[in-house]
Amino acid sequence: MTTGSSTGRHRLAYLPYLIPGLLLFTGVIGVPFLMNTGTSFTEWAGVGTPTWVGLDNYRELATDGEFWASFRHNALVIVGMAILPTMIGLVLASVLTDLIDRHFGPRAASALRACIYLPQVLPIVIAGIVWSWLLAPENGAVNVLLGAIGLGSLAHDWLGDPATALWSVMGVMVWIQIGFPLVIFMSGLQRVDPSLYEAAEIDGASWAQRFWYVTIPQIRPEIFVVLLWTTIAALKAFPHIFVLTRGGPGGATNVPSYYSYVHFFEKTDVGYGSAIATVLTLTVIALTIVFLRLQGRELGEER
Amino acid sequence: MLIPFAVVVFNALKTPAEYTANGPLAPPEGLHLEGIRDFWERVGFGHVLLNSLLISGSVAVLAVLLSVLNAYALGIGRIKGRMWVLVLLLMANTLPQESLVYPLYYLANQLGLYDTRVSVIIVFTVIQSAFGTYLLSSVMSAFPRPLLDAARIDGANRWQILWRVVVPVVRPTLVVMLVFFFIWTWNEFLIPLIFLISNDNQTVSVALGVLQGQRLMDATMSSAAALLGLLPTVVFYLIFQRTLSRGLTAGAIKE
Repeated sequence: MTTGSSTGRHRLAYLPYLIPGLLLFTGVIGVPFLMNTGTSFTEWAGVGTPTWVGLDNYRELATDGEFWASFRHNALVIVGMAILPTMIGLVLASVLTDLIDRHFGPRAASALRACIYLPQVLPIVIAGIVWSWLLAPENGAVNVLLGAIGLGSLAHDWLGDPATALWSVMGVMVWIQIGFPLVIFMSGLQRVDPSLYEAAEIDGASWAQRFWYVTIPQIRPEIFVVLLWTTIAALKAFPHIFVLTRGGPGGATNVPSYYSYVHFFEKTDVGYGSAIATVLTLTVIALTIVFLRLQGRELGEER
Repeated sequence: MLIPFAVVVFNALKTPAEYTANGPLAPPEGLHLEGIRDFWERVGFGHVLLNSLLISGSVAVLAVLLSVLNAYALGIGRIKGRMWVLVLLLMANTLPQESLVYPLYYLANQLGLYDTRVSVIIVFTVIQSAFGTYLLSSVMSAFPRPLLDAARIDGANRWQILWRVVVPVVRPTLVVMLVFFFIWTWNEFLIPLIFLISNDNQTVSVALGVLQGQRLMDATMSSAAALLGLLPTVVFYLIFQRTLSRGLTAGAIKE
């Protein structure tokens, strides 16, 4: 690698290794993605020839109350899948490393971490089956438990009542999700210099103060990554909805990803479904850019 | 966090009569495996389990292979425009599958691959290898150059260098990827739900999800289903717990 041209040739020699990957990528991701975008400008039932309708689907979306409702529900899904788990994960990570690890040893801390992480490895469908059964209106474990501790009046058709369905789904999501931020934050905490904590302790900082002034600023990069990752996951929350509520009752838990599925495979209004999927994709891309920008600025300031 | 698991195990071991009499919270009076057996037979669980194993296993191996090839060109070959390739690939991972699923369904139909396990294996090999390429490229771009030069001087060609020098060194990362791809594919739902409609091809998630959607199950059968569904992943998790948390943190710190 002496001259520029030989470096260029040298690099080109690696190109064949990229060919299978690029071909497969084009066929499985690139072309379908473009097809979906194209279809979103058409009226198509999935068979026959699509008719070009320009922006009609998007105009219809703009005035589709159900669609807007599905996005509002998704905001709550983000709270349940990203924001709450991140906050709880932060506190738990701090408690596990700061208190449990110190007083009961690292084994206790990592055993607890493993238990909390466990729901993360379950297929969401299975978690959904477990919970829709626990939350069942008659003889469901949650209602029976409420009765047993004298709160029987709170017993409820958790997933079947439009007023509580989305909140119940959020609760299940929190249970599924906390493990992910917890594991990331605990490993992030390991690279924090212990002398920072010691210094804070000598200065008389309480646990809450150490948490707020040492832990959070130190693992800010991890917080960003976790929030980005879980928010994107929340926008794609399909199996949760499919298994727990199927978007019901009365659309109370409908989200864009489920809404597009319904149009694709139940209403066979593929053009409209594609438009929903396209809007969802644009939202994901926009969010990713915003997050990465914020993160870049943050890192820039620290330097 | 673990209480739901305990409740599931309790009730999977009860008879329907016992469930009605004592409710979901009471411990089982004995070991009744009827619920589990009924459910196993009704779904053909053995078959479904085999499908999941076959699909996830193939995807894990193929996606690691594809990632190795991609990452070799990008991380070690430092091909021009590699940043763009990486950004593009990462898009594949963040893109909602909703925006791919109908065209994929349509194309699979056209190619006669609809309702085959092969179609799902191809799709997930590509999706998982997108992340794998991203992770492995950054590992490989930090690869010790003198090792490569030494091998070249010894007369090894690029293909030999890849398999005899690079792959052995990055093997720990490959193992982590293998485990993750397996679990991720195992847990996938939307695309398998649409692609695998016949009972013969369904995965665990799809078979249970469809059944649940129809709400045909009684309480003991639900818990038997949940138990059978979660057992394989829990066993897998217990075996690979360390690998998993290592991989998770490796991915996070890379950012």
